[in-house]
Amino acid sequence: MTKRWMEVFMAKGLLIIDKERCKGCGLCIAACPHQVLAFSGELNRSGYNVVHAERPEACVGCAFCALTCPDVAIEVYRARVPA
Amino acid sequence: MPVSTEKMVKVFGRPASLTEARFTYCPGCHHGILTRIIAQTIDELGIVERTVGIAPVGCAVFAYLWYRCDAIQASHGRASAVATGVKRANPNLIVFAYQGDGDFASIGTAESIHAANRGENITVIFVNNQVYGMTGGEMAPTSLVGQKTTTTPDGRDPALFGYPIRFSEMIAQLDAPVYVTRQALYDTKRIMDATKAIKKAFTNQLEGKGYSLVEVLATCPTNWRMKPTEANKHVAEVVTKVFPLGDLIDRG
Repeated sequence: MTKRWMEVFMAKGLLIIDKERCKGCGLCIAACPHQVLAFSGELNRSGYNVVHAERPEACVGCAFCALTCPDVAIEVYRARVPA
Repeated sequence: MPVSTEKMVKVFGRPASLTEARFTYCPGCHHGILTRIIAQTIDELGIVERTVGIAPVGCAVFAYLWYRCDAIQASHGRASAVATGVKRANPNLIVFAYQGDGDFASIGTAESIHAANRGENITVIFVNNQVYGMTGGEMAPTSLVGQKTTTTPDGRDPALFGYPIRFSEMIAQLDAPVYVTRQALYDTKRIMDATKAIKKAFTNQLEGKGYSLVEVLATCPTNWRMKPTEANKHVAEVVTKVFPLGDLIDRG
């Protein structure tokens, strides 16, 4: 039952954003087809308004944000396809 | 919040050929995307041990800090000439020159054209952002007609400053180059296309085919006085009208 629940409801993608690398340019926000990302309002040590995953449940792990990120701050993981 | 990635597959991470150093580029600058694409290509081809990058003068002057391969920082505009020397001294090395428009198409015109005309077996990445970024946003030979820069505050007037130079088209007239293409990075599709083009340019060199040039239309949000997303839109709607995308020659 738990496994089934995981397959159906768990987010398919997962983003890990390196806050210290992020320069808050917002290109990933524009690139995301599912409006997952948004500015967090939190400043990093360089003073940039960093991006966070505001709707992580909508992420499908397409990696468009990571492809667009000029500072290579985003790592993307995707759930294994159930066998 | 700690997240568990145990049950997940990593689909995107930092390429192994990139060092941990942070880029010194402004927020939203396309140089970073391009640096990542080149590192990813080096990873995919497994050539990091025998790659030599030639850094230009300009915003990308620190390019040698970001790759785990060897690199030389050339004099202004002479990256193609330095690349020629490295490649001829040791043809087993994979040499790429990374040059901006002020470097490649202005001060280095002679070196750039003659390296192409000799058909040197090198890969040249030409980053065209239509402005001198590092020195403070002066007019570049590739600046668009009417573009406001710090040296053309009323916009580039062709009567005074001439027209934007289409350098890739000039090189495509020559007999020796194998692959000349113009790419952009303003959306995901163009980034994928540019990745393919850069991989092809490196593969041409690996196979000993000859000179490959990849021109990449990049943004300079700082000196264009635009937000990064507006700059992307500007490339898509305005710049590509003057610098059309696509392969100019492909004799590979």
